[in-house]
Amino acid sequence: MHPAFSVIFFTVTSGAGYGLIAITAIYSAFDFSQPMTGAQTLMLSAVALALITSGLISSTFHLANPKNAWRAFSRVRTSWLAREGLLAILFYPIVMLYVYLVWRGVDASSSTAMTALALITGVWAIVTVFSTGMIYASLKTIRQWNNALTPVNYISLGLMLGGLLFSWLLSLSGNVSANLTMVASYMVVIAATIKIVYFFWIGTPAGPTINTATSFTARTVRLLDVGHTAGTFLTDEFGYQVARDRLVALRWIAMILGFALPSLIVWFGLGEGDNTLMLGAAVISAFAGVAVERWLFFAEARHVVNLYHGAQQC
Amino acid sequence: MKLGLVVDLDTCVGCNACAVACKQWNTSGTTGPLTDLEPYGKDPTGVWFNRIRNYELGDYPDNKTVHFPMSCMHCEDAACVTVCPTGASYKREEDGIVLVDQDKCMGCNLCAWACPYGARELDPEEGVMKKCTLCVDRIYDEALPEDERQPACVMTCPAHARFFGDFDDPNSEVSRLSRERGGEHLMPELGYKPVNTYLPPRNKPNIPTYKNETNPIEKVKDWVNRLVAR
Repeated sequence: MHPAFSVIFFTVTSGAGYGLIAITAIYSAFDFSQPMTGAQTLMLSAVALALITSGLISSTFHLANPKNAWRAFSRVRTSWLAREGLLAILFYPIVMLYVYLVWRGVDASSSTAMTALALITGVWAIVTVFSTGMIYASLKTIRQWNNALTPVNYISLGLMLGGLLFSWLLSLSGNVSANLTMVASYMVVIAATIKIVYFFWIGTPAGPTINTATSFTARTVRLLDVGHTAGTFLTDEFGYQVARDRLVALRWIAMILGFALPSLIVWFGLGEGDNTLMLGAAVISAFAGVAVERWLFFAEARHVVNLYHGAQQC
Repeated sequence: MKLGLVVDLDTCVGCNACAVACKQWNTSGTTGPLTDLEPYGKDPTGVWFNRIRNYELGDYPDNKTVHFPMSCMHCEDAACVTVCPTGASYKREEDGIVLVDQDKCMGCNLCAWACPYGARELDPEEGVMKKCTLCVDRIYDEALPEDERQPACVMTCPAHARFFGDFDDPNSEVSRLSRERGGEHLMPELGYKPVNTYLPPRNKPNIPTYKNETNPIEKVKDWVNRLVAR
């Protein structure tokens, strides 16, 4: 699949934003030993909303006819894209109410109603990321996406980026406990594990072949001619292919930048004093790694229409 | 009704006339234009509802060239309609034709991603998705003589390799052909229940392409003939 920059930017930034707001809201709902101040909650929510909003705006850039984007909520009953759009839009009044009450000084862990609102905000954010993943996972035409690990990956990577941002932003305002950064590093480990399982999962060719695509299942089938001399919409959109050794190199880059470096920084790089710089480095490294991961997610996906263009199996 | 096409892979000669007729009719039809980019340039490209590819079946000398026209299969369980967020893609209840409402499409490409047959192509100029309409603006046109109320590709096919009709009617030509000639669906394992069927090539004896000189008596005869001629 052709990796479109706007979609990569959208899924990475809004995923991180939803992860950050989910962790912030859920953390604020419970009376932990190191509670956040109202100002910190507001600051974290503002960063999360900025990430989410810039991602959602970016997602409209890949539309060929954005003036009809407002119609995208009308098929909620069947379409995961419509569900994702609706969840993302309905999230705003909920999170705005939450932010407003925090701004008015209501402590999220004090009243039951506010705790419930914070939990709804957090869960809603995670469900929105789930529906983003399901847009891809619901496509039976692309076996690299059509599995349960796809939405799990989207959620775990969003929470991982959100967790690292959470620690870094708290350290900027003075107090982040070592325990909190440690939890963020566990999220990195979980996300890395799921991604590694995913890479193994998609390793073996499976599904439709050129034989089932052409209905000649008892004989070999070879492409003689595609019938066009230049590229078509189909070859541009689905024919994108990267050399195998480059894919492997990029997988290593994604694993090192996205997972290895951030967790090593948290485990061995942090000292007693001000850790803002080190945590900032971990966040930047993780974002770069996840951006490469998201590029690979598209570049490694092989659509079955390639069978008609000569691929024996996808 | 379940309208669709039957393509006879035995008689199709791969002349591309169906694709040209389709382009000609539909570029001025309800979903037109079928935009071309750089039509006279180095890399001409554009929107087509029907594309013909050519495959080789089996291995030499038991091989065969097959010409393979493909357009929308008007699936019974159309994934392109399921994934469409705007409601632009729809399947007509009365005859099963899958269409795109050009006024509602936002050009997100998701339907093209969901289609295994490559039936949908984005018009880069208009920014909306376009696809085979089964010539819906032709097959119901009462101004046309009744035998011309067929898709342009079917009308034009010089090899008579394309048939149009109702698969819900067991006695229609398309149902009968599919039944008698073992019509096949493409990628049925994905479960989208494509309507169009493809008739496999008939089993005909191979035309010998070279002389098989294994018979020793023939070899001696050849040698004697060459000797006498000298």
